Amino acid sequence: MERIKQSSVAKWLVDHVIYVVLILLIVGIVVASPDFLSMTNILNILSQSSSRVIIALGVAGILITAGTDLSAGRMVGLAAVISASLLQAADYAYRMYPHLPELPLFVPILISMIATGLLGALNGVIVAKLHVPPFIATLGMMIAVYGINSIYFDRPPYGAQPIGGLNESFTTFAQRGIPIGSYEIPYLIIYAAVISVIMWIIWNKTELGKNMYAIGGNPEAAKVSGVNVTKNLIIIYTIAGLLYGFSGTLEAGRVGSATNNTGNMYELDAIAACVVGGVSLSGGIGTVSGVIAGVLIFQIINYGLAFLGVSPYIQFIVKGLIIIVAVAFDMRKHAKKK
Amino acid sequence: MAEQSTAYILEMNNITKKFPGVIALQNASLKVKPGTVHALMGENGAGKSTLMKCLFGIYSMDEGEILLEGKAVSFENSKQALECGVSMVHQELNQVRQQSVMDNMWLGRYPKKGMFIDEKKMYNDTLEIFKNLDIQIDPRRKVSTLSVSEMQMVEIAKAVSYRSKIIVMDEPTSSLTEKEVEHLFRIIRKLKQEGVGIIYISHKMEEILKISDEVTIMRDGRYITTKRADELTTDEIIKLMVGRDLSQRFPDKINNPGDVILKVSHLTAEAQPSFSDVSFELRKGEILGVAGLVGSRRTELLEALFGLRAVRSGTIELRGRMIENKSPQEAIKNGFALVTEERRTTGIYPDLSVSFNCMISNLRQYRSKGVFVSERKVYDDTKWVIDSMKVKTPSQKTPIRSLSGGNQQKVIIGRWLLTKPDILLLDEPTRGIDVGAKFEIYQLINQLAADGKGIIIVSSEMPELLGVTDRILVMSNGRAAGIVETAATSQEEIMRLSALY
Repeated sequence: MERIKQSSVAKWLVDHVIYVVLILLIVGIVVASPDFLSMTNILNILSQSSSRVIIALGVAGILITAGTDLSAGRMVGLAAVISASLLQAADYAYRMYPHLPELPLFVPILISMIATGLLGALNGVIVAKLHVPPFIATLGMMIAVYGINSIYFDRPPYGAQPIGGLNESFTTFAQRGIPIGSYEIPYLIIYAAVISVIMWIIWNKTELGKNMYAIGGNPEAAKVSGVNVTKNLIIIYTIAGLLYGFSGTLEAGRVGSATNNTGNMYELDAIAACVVGGVSLSGGIGTVSGVIAGVLIFQIINYGLAFLGVSPYIQFIVKGLIIIVAVAFDMRKHAKKK
Repeated sequence: MAEQSTAYILEMNNITKKFPGVIALQNASLKVKPGTVHALMGENGAGKSTLMKCLFGIYSMDEGEILLEGKAVSFENSKQALECGVSMVHQELNQVRQQSVMDNMWLGRYPKKGMFIDEKKMYNDTLEIFKNLDIQIDPRRKVSTLSVSEMQMVEIAKAVSYRSKIIVMDEPTSSLTEKEVEHLFRIIRKLKQEGVGIIYISHKMEEILKISDEVTIMRDGRYITTKRADELTTDEIIKLMVGRDLSQRFPDKINNPGDVILKVSHLTAEAQPSFSDVSFELRKGEILGVAGLVGSRRTELLEALFGLRAVRSGTIELRGRMIENKSPQEAIKNGFALVTEERRTTGIYPDLSVSFNCMISNLRQYRSKGVFVSERKVYDDTKWVIDSMKVKTPSQKTPIRSLSGGNQQKVIIGRWLLTKPDILLLDEPTRGIDVGAKFEIYQLINQLAADGKGIIIVSSEMPELLGVTDRILVMSNGRAAGIVETAATSQEEIMRLSALY
């Protein structure tokens, strides 16, 4: 009886290790520097996390199907460049399309999302129909998308210059927020929250979501029960592509410019955040809240350690260790003892 | 309507299925009446599973017909069969363990309210089916937290929810306690009342006689007979299952067992259910067989001896010295070698050469000048394997996948002989090998024993054990049911011991 009790506490800790780590991290930083707990810092961390949460939710869906997506970061870059190129202010001197009228905001966002959505669908087709392992399929896509983006980006009249001078509606969309008292709640946080809710509903309340878990958890059982695995996979990769597209436009608007290197390596950050947030790389397991917690942990490390004046090089070491420890816990959780 | 009651709900007539070099089924037949439990019996390898795989479209049959309620059907996959009311409760349960019970029940056909899944209906429908079948499981529980028997109940409930007319149960009681078996039988009786036909595959005689109405017996891929269960006794069933002639399929024995080299006492596996309290001795130059039904934990026993499986208690004594064999490396050092059951998945490196496959377990022997592998030594040893095992291969560089199963097996046995073992553990050494190659493997085993090696063979083919071993350890449900002298035993006695626990 004693043993059972003990192991259930241990089990709870193992199962919720992510939240424990998150709390310890915050407590640690606050103890070191009580000023850390200010509204400004919290809003900064949340808004910096926003576009990453959106990317991570796309990647997480794919991880849950026991796949992976290395092309996420490059797709973010493509969307950033496309939307920036279509949203330069009319009076800006170095416009990519000098004669383009100022478009309503939703048009460039939609165009970017359609582009990455189609590429995501293509990922899905390659994985589900051609049976190329997801790692390879999306590795190829990652490299090819960079090429496509660079061709679009680096051309006359101005060549490889960052695409800047974004019009005001765009920068407002990504940089401003709703004023509450003396603070401003950034729109970014609201977008991320809305998308998190939508993804939570898809994952938990729709057939697609259930199928996603089933495909990752036991593809054989899914097939035998009549789940159209190919179709579901393609949809999941497509949704991921759409999310990268939206996130890419936010990145361009937030930073105020875009280059063909925007989004570089974001996929690895996203995968790391998912894994730390309890998404199993062997498929079938993962929650929206876990993914958000995973992203927040990395952002708090970034921001908090910088706040404490810790060398950025040490931040890398801490992040690396957290990834390894998280997966070691994950493997412990799922390891079958022979 | 009298006609209705005697008509068959499922008829499988004259089914023939050939694999390259083997006829797995020859004119096999099975006729099931509605509202009855129909036991399908036969030794391991008699063709029961193959027949079921033909029913579910996993294999396509070469000849024969399947009639479901008098209409010819031919399913392409289990999903199609399921939708037509033919379902199977698998031995290895096919469930998404990370999801809840009700998610699994309705996977592939979730009830919906608009865009969203109707969780409430899912819950209530599941509950209703469970209530009907007397199953007490919370539909919201995660499958991974269920016991094996509960998972099985869920599978049965799922079959019921598809309005199945035929439910196949493959060894449903193999991991159930007595109480759980009782519950299962209550459910089966309920299903019978509702007119479902149940095909019940099991090795357990008492159970069969208790629950089934009719029994069909198969042997060597052929239909033998169908009888009413109340006309049969255990002894009669065994006789019908094994009754075949043992012609000259085995070489003459040439080995002479000497002193005891291995003494295993009260060995119990760490992860239960598995084998427990197994004791036996192995002598130098002796061939010890291990018999038992599927699920009697024979393979686990070998794995434990070879350090692949943790041991909770018991001892292993090698030539009077206590050893532990905590890992395969340690076992190899102690002179053990294991040829695994699944040649394809754990034995061969299919795309690599015969030579690579020979040397891989013995790399340390080939290091010359510190770190490099000596091509010369590898060549010599591969040549020794090919010559002494009579491996038929075009060259040492041929990928092993292009060799026949028998020749692949010889290479693997050769590989382990290169480590110069004293104790050779063979798990189903002749599975999937044609008769001629089997004979050669038997000769090889005899020769190895004559050379003084101690050999333990796990086999599901009883004639094989009777033909090549000196003594046979019979396992039943994880326990040692007895050790018999091969010369003084019979298939019937071994069968009886296998079903002891």
